[in-house]
Amino acid sequence: MSFYVVQFLSGLASAASLFLVASGLSIIFGVTRIVNFAHGAFYMVGAYLAYTLTEQLAGTFGFWAGIVLAALAVAAIGVVVEMVLLRRIYRSPELFQLLATFGLTLMVEDLVVLIWGPDDLLGRRAPGMRGAIDIFGQNLPTYDVFLIVLGPLVLGLLWLLFRRTRWGILVRAATQDRDTVAALGVNQKWLFTSVFALGVFLAALGGALQIPRDAVNHTMDLRIIVDVFVVVVIGGLGSITGAFVAAVLVSELNAFGILVFPKISIVLIFLVMAVVLVVRPWGLFGKPEAPARQMPGLTVRPWRPLSVNERLAFLVLLIAAAALPLFAGNYVLTIGAEIAIFAIFAASLHFMMAVGGLASFGHAAYFGLGSYGVAMLAKFAGLPMVACLLLGPLMGLIGAVVFGWFCVRLSGVYFAMLTLAFAQIVWSIAFQWVEVTGGDNGMLGIWPDAWVATPATFYWLSLTVAALAVGGLRWLTFSPFGYALRAMRDSPLRSESVGIDGKRVQWAAFVVAGTVAALAGAMFVYLKGSVFPDNAGIALSVDALVMVLLGGVETVSGALVGAIVYKALAIWLVSYTELSKLVLGAIIVVMVVAFPKGLVGMWEVLQARYWPGATASGKARRAEVAE
Amino acid sequence: MSASTAPLLAVEGLTKSFGGVHAVRNVSFALTAGEILALIGPNGAGKTTCFNMLNGQITPDAGHIRLEGREITGLAPREVWRRGVGRTFQITATFPTMTVRENVQVVLVSHEGQIFNPWCSTPTFALAEADRLLELVGMGGFAERPCGELAYGDLKRLELAVALANRPKLLLMDEPTAGMAPRERIELMRLTARIAREQKIGVLFTEHDMDVVFEHADRVIVLNRGMLIAEGTPAEVRHDPQVRAIYLGEGLVYDARHREDSAT
Ligand SMILES: Nc1ncnc2c1ncn2[C@@H]1O[C@H](COP(=O)(O)OP(=O)(O)OP(=O)(O)O)[C@@H](O)[C@H]1O
Ligand SMILES: [Mg+2]
Repeated sequence: MSFYVVQFLSGLASAASLFLVASGLSIIFGVTRIVNFAHGAFYMVGAYLAYTLTEQLAGTFGFWAGIVLAALAVAAIGVVVEMVLLRRIYRSPELFQLLATFGLTLMVEDLVVLIWGPDDLLGRRAPGMRGAIDIFGQNLPTYDVFLIVLGPLVLGLLWLLFRRTRWGILVRAATQDRDTVAALGVNQKWLFTSVFALGVFLAALGGALQIPRDAVNHTMDLRIIVDVFVVVVIGGLGSITGAFVAAVLVSELNAFGILVFPKISIVLIFLVMAVVLVVRPWGLFGKPEAPARQMPGLTVRPWRPLSVNERLAFLVLLIAAAALPLFAGNYVLTIGAEIAIFAIFAASLHFMMAVGGLASFGHAAYFGLGSYGVAMLAKFAGLPMVACLLLGPLMGLIGAVVFGWFCVRLSGVYFAMLTLAFAQIVWSIAFQWVEVTGGDNGMLGIWPDAWVATPATFYWLSLTVAALAVGGLRWLTFSPFGYALRAMRDSPLRSESVGIDGKRVQWAAFVVAGTVAALAGAMFVYLKGSVFPDNAGIALSVDALVMVLLGGVETVSGALVGAIVYKALAIWLVSYTELSKLVLGAIIVVMVVAFPKGLVGMWEVLQARYWPGATASGKARRAEVAE
Repeated sequence: MSASTAPLLAVEGLTKSFGGVHAVRNVSFALTAGEILALIGPNGAGKTTCFNMLNGQITPDAGHIRLEGREITGLAPREVWRRGVGRTFQITATFPTMTVRENVQVVLVSHEGQIFNPWCSTPTFALAEADRLLELVGMGGFAERPCGELAYGDLKRLELAVALANRPKLLLMDEPTAGMAPRERIELMRLTARIAREQKIGVLFTEHDMDVVFEHADRVIVLNRGMLIAEGTPAEVRHDPQVRAIYLGEGLVYDARHREDSAT
């Protein structure tokens, strides 16, 4: 019995940090409507800075001063970020806001390694709280008691801040209706900046307070951000009380889940989240959101099927690509195959994101499921390659059917957060279920059949599959299904009132995209001969997003161009710099701020301006003018 | 009441409140095929809320909605649409990233139940029918234009084409002419009235422009603070003292408004 009490209390202690970070995210979202993906990064920097400061400053006072100073310093960084970056993207589509803050996260990850090194750092224990108290014969660290008290204390302070101060009341007014506040003559810019600073302060404080409990390392940002997303999805974005209740719930589920399913305790949280989403899609304490801003929403140029000439051009390019083995060596062919596989992956995300307006931040889940599907069939059932390639992606399909059903119930940022959370669940299972997946060691020795064993033949296979997959998705885009999907993206209101079952259409798109992604994952296994949990990792999900964005979210063929350029760039970067995440993150941020249309989008703009006869809509316009 | 003698639309005791706001209270009325019924009332009277309940956008707290004698209360908007109800919105809802013609084609595809048919190409689907509808509302010359570039008045006309695409029995039009120039308003309503009479479509519309109301409505019902306070022919309603009281200073007086419009 006493064991369970202590387990419960230590769950409560874990909830404190989680609550701090989640409430910060919620407060920022409430006013700015930005889901700050970089929140985990601020949490991590808070922990690193607190580590350094508490090492430098001696004594009890030094320790606590170090914690608070760290949080304040990170809040100051937050102010700079808000003024330099966020102010430029408050009016951008949600996807771009998420991506920009994600790019920031990537940059921070490399920066902390650069400054503090790659190894785990063990922080100081809190002075005066090194002991433990005795609860019915079980030990509970004194520091945990402090955290248990701290959580509700911060909740109370925030409540007072928002109810009893002029600033708090303004923030609440801004949360409800931004225009009124602007009308009151309040300096909106500074209101936003101060809110962001408070949110970041809470995140950094959460990180700083973790150092006596946990080692500091450069992956803690993603771990916390996934937990925080789960918390705000359950509690409701924008609600501080919701963040508290859900943080406690999630922490307790973790604490007790470990006892019930020691290996895959995360499944328990997933189940709770699923139930909450079905019953209250906007979370326990959240309010239903007004429909999200239209996505992509930057231009209005309608899409056209390719003209005959354009089709011929594509065919010529494809033949040229197929001729590559005639003059390229094995290394180039392997890279060529990888690019082809990533073109499939990017095209699948593009279908969901650009056609359907469903920006998934966890598309790697399906890539990974396809990979593991193939690996298991090959290893455990000993099936030949073709059978594996055909059956393996079914695992991605099943995953997409199950996860997609929940995801399409949400939209915008909730959708992004939930897809990310599901992808992390897939990753955790791959990582933790060592008996089946081999955990971190992966599954090795899965090679293609003899007929495609050479780099040239495998390249041709990849190219063929890529051409079929990309062509098929393009076909679907112009079929009624693709139009219905776009209709839902453009105006759910109008779609529903002209007989389109929007959720069903989106679910179907999710499944199509997931299955095609799984096909890419399946091919990837045979390219590399192995599969690792990273095949479902966040980095891969972000790669896909960047490829689509780089090519142009609003174009039909952007994904293809984006995949080719990005993959080539990434391979080049990795061989030339240690800091690929820093460069990549910077590229994302710059792209979102300066070139949101992407490469193909910019090309189309130029084409329309200088060469209007080339496009079908240009022709139509000239015809009209001539009339 | 058997289906054959039932009115096209019968509304009984419709009620809806949002929190403490009684948006619509116990509203009942009926509409026969080919009839044009105007629903008027000051801002916030509950007109849009009524429309939203009629097409299934929101579920009423109480009351019944019957289409040709069959209960449609609580059905989803897409199911209500399948039974022959078209709708235009107070703030236009169209697909801005498609061309004008594609906006209509999507609806035709949905009407024909072809959404999940992969062998059909939307840009070439039912071209003739789409162009006929666009021609009907005077948008024939705009077929290839991106919908996102249209002027507001043109969007309203496109919405009418979209609402007519499933050959509805009942047309719900929430402020069909709001944001249009006065001459355009009269034209659009004349057009709507003509189509309604020819095809025996019942029309329920709301409108703040009393010219439009009095010229085209067969009957008028008046909503104030969620309650139905008057019903009758345009002439009867215009002389109703209660209605005059509500609209005092809002230009219900037909002649004054008329002069003002033709002056601009
Ligand atoms: N979703 C909602 N939540 C809360 N209150 C609402 C909601 N929709 C409408 N209301 C309220 O219900 C009342 C009726 O609104 P409604 O939009 O139906 O009026 P209306 O007659 O269409 O007005 P207008 O002429 O301005 O379009 C208003 O007081 C409005 O504030
Ligand atoms: Mg209205």
